Amino acid sequence: MTDLAAAAAVKPTPHVKENAIIRFENITKRYGKVVAVDNVNLEIREGEFFALLGPSGCGKTTLLRMLAGFETPTEGRVFIDGQDVASLPPNKRPVNMVFQSYAVFPHMKVADNVAYGLKMDGVEGGEVKRRVEEALELVKLGGYGDRMPDQLSGGQRQRVALARALVKRPRVLLLDEPLSALDAKLRDQMRSELTSLQEKVGITFIMVTHDQDEALAIATRCAVMNRGLLAQVATPADLYEFPNSRFVADFVGSVNMFEGVLDKDEQDHAIVRAQELSAPVYLDHGVTGARGSTVWVALRPEKIEMHKRPEGSSPMKMEDAPAGTNVVSGVIRDIVYLGSETIFEIELESSRRVRTFRSNLTRYDQEDFTWDEPVWLAWHACSPAVLLS
Amino acid sequence: MARVAREKPGPLEYHRRWPLQLIVGATFFFLYFPLIILMVFSFNDSKRNIVWQGFTFDYYEKVFKNAELIEAFGNSLTIAFFCTIISVVLGALTAVMLWRFRFPGKTAVEGAMALPIVVPEICMGVAMLVFFAKIMPWPSGMPWPFNLGAIIIAHVSFAFPFVATVVRARLASFNRELEEAAKDLGASEWRTFWDVLVPHMQPGLIAGALLAFTLSLDDFVITFFTAGPDTITFPVKVYSMLRFSVTPEVNAASTILIVVTVVLTAVGLHLQNQSENKKPKP
Repeated sequence: MTDLAAAAAVKPTPHVKENAIIRFENITKRYGKVVAVDNVNLEIREGEFFALLGPSGCGKTTLLRMLAGFETPTEGRVFIDGQDVASLPPNKRPVNMVFQSYAVFPHMKVADNVAYGLKMDGVEGGEVKRRVEEALELVKLGGYGDRMPDQLSGGQRQRVALARALVKRPRVLLLDEPLSALDAKLRDQMRSELTSLQEKVGITFIMVTHDQDEALAIATRCAVMNRGLLAQVATPADLYEFPNSRFVADFVGSVNMFEGVLDKDEQDHAIVRAQELSAPVYLDHGVTGARGSTVWVALRPEKIEMHKRPEGSSPMKMEDAPAGTNVVSGVIRDIVYLGSETIFEIELESSRRVRTFRSNLTRYDQEDFTWDEPVWLAWHACSPAVLLS
Repeated sequence: MARVAREKPGPLEYHRRWPLQLIVGATFFFLYFPLIILMVFSFNDSKRNIVWQGFTFDYYEKVFKNAELIEAFGNSLTIAFFCTIISVVLGALTAVMLWRFRFPGKTAVEGAMALPIVVPEICMGVAMLVFFAKIMPWPSGMPWPFNLGAIIIAHVSFAFPFVATVVRARLASFNRELEEAAKDLGASEWRTFWDVLVPHMQPGLIAGALLAFTLSLDDFVITFFTAGPDTITFPVKVYSMLRFSVTPEVNAASTILIVVTVVLTAVGLHLQNQSENKKPKP
């Protein structure tokens, strides 16, 4: 990665240690002929909040269940804390899991649910009581010990599941789609609570999710998976700004993708010619690719600026554009007003449509542009990501 | 609300249409009227039991003094008790096996399970008679309650498929993540079974137990063919009393059987409701 990537990765994560607490070595999982996980090598460091991100059926849940012990790899080895866990059944592993359905035992009181794991470990009665209360306080359910699970809301049941797993002080906490069953408002709140909870207890959290917003918001590092393969492992900012493939660029966030040919590749700049863009794309950095090879230019909607264009004015040439920017012309075809921002769909001369966002900075901003209005689209030469695959 | 009530009944609101109300009424009448007559005439002060002659408890006294009838009743309760316990255990294990595992011949086992439910009782009875008479005679002259062994086996064989069916239906709603959660928290396979699966099955187990108990208690046909000369159950005894004459004594005995069955069912259902509602109110 470039220096810029390193700078973007800065996030306060002081509790992340250097040692790898989880190590997947050449992990493959086959169900008959179907390959669910394909030769995955991955290290997760102690204290991380790690996200396994991908579309459904990409193998992320299989990987998580291998850590819990509910699945065994067809090939390869899994290490937890340096120990090969191949022969360890789920009840002997130093990890605990929060299930997608929360799996709170419906016939036990909240306190008994939380105490269950401690009783299995043979922890003595007074100690159990103290630790259960502590765990319930931690997830802000103090005083709820005598309730039955069906008297709780979905969010509260999830807290019970969290307390039940954390009370055992596992080395690693596994979370399977932890926020998918909550409504939007609660999800936002739980996001920040999960991060602060993780910082408080200092345990490594590994989360499976198909929601890229969730992964970006919570995780210190993410692994994007596609069809059993690891597509990219990076910090949220790196994933978004420096995707390594069309799949990652498209899966994480929204993107405008143009196929083109690498025309010029120097140390300090590069030029890509794309059929769908009237002007060649100027980039202020070199690309490691052979001249004439097919590349893809990935441009995030919010990185495109929109300007009014007087009707009939000739298409701007590259030389006329402000230094270091790219400019193309187009016509607004669709407007989606979302309150905080507005999405515009602009038809280029090649009749290809491009998306851009515009924050509504004042209360009258949404009136600035209207349907069928000619516009200039401009973006900085460092904004697009050039993808080789 | 009042306006809603005056609206025309919807197509499925048959309880508000007179032809269907009539059918429902007739059904209840033919179901329960004979039973009520039976109970009322158990208090009839008449040997013939055709015309009402006056109120008396005499026949209940007679029933309780009838040593053979009391013995038969004791036998019936004992058989039903053992039949229930064995059927519930067997039925629950069968249900769990069919629900959880895949094995060769599973469909055949499932089909065979349904057989005792669909095969006419009389055929079962004859089969049992031949089996216990020729192939594997139950040793005679055994002390109580072992002399009831053959009948208990026969009853279990037709009662446990009912338990298995009920429990299996209950298992269909089980969330497998609960089991995984228990294991994840450190429970062994057995602990998981007792702590998570059995509590989930509980309503099914209670319902199955009730079924097995009542099926066993009032079975006549199969018992009639299976019972040896020295063992007699309540329904068989009532039948033999009928052959002499329909006295109010038979009515009294039958009334006792009905009351026992109804009370036990009510207790069972009550227990089931309690176990479902034993949450402290906030």
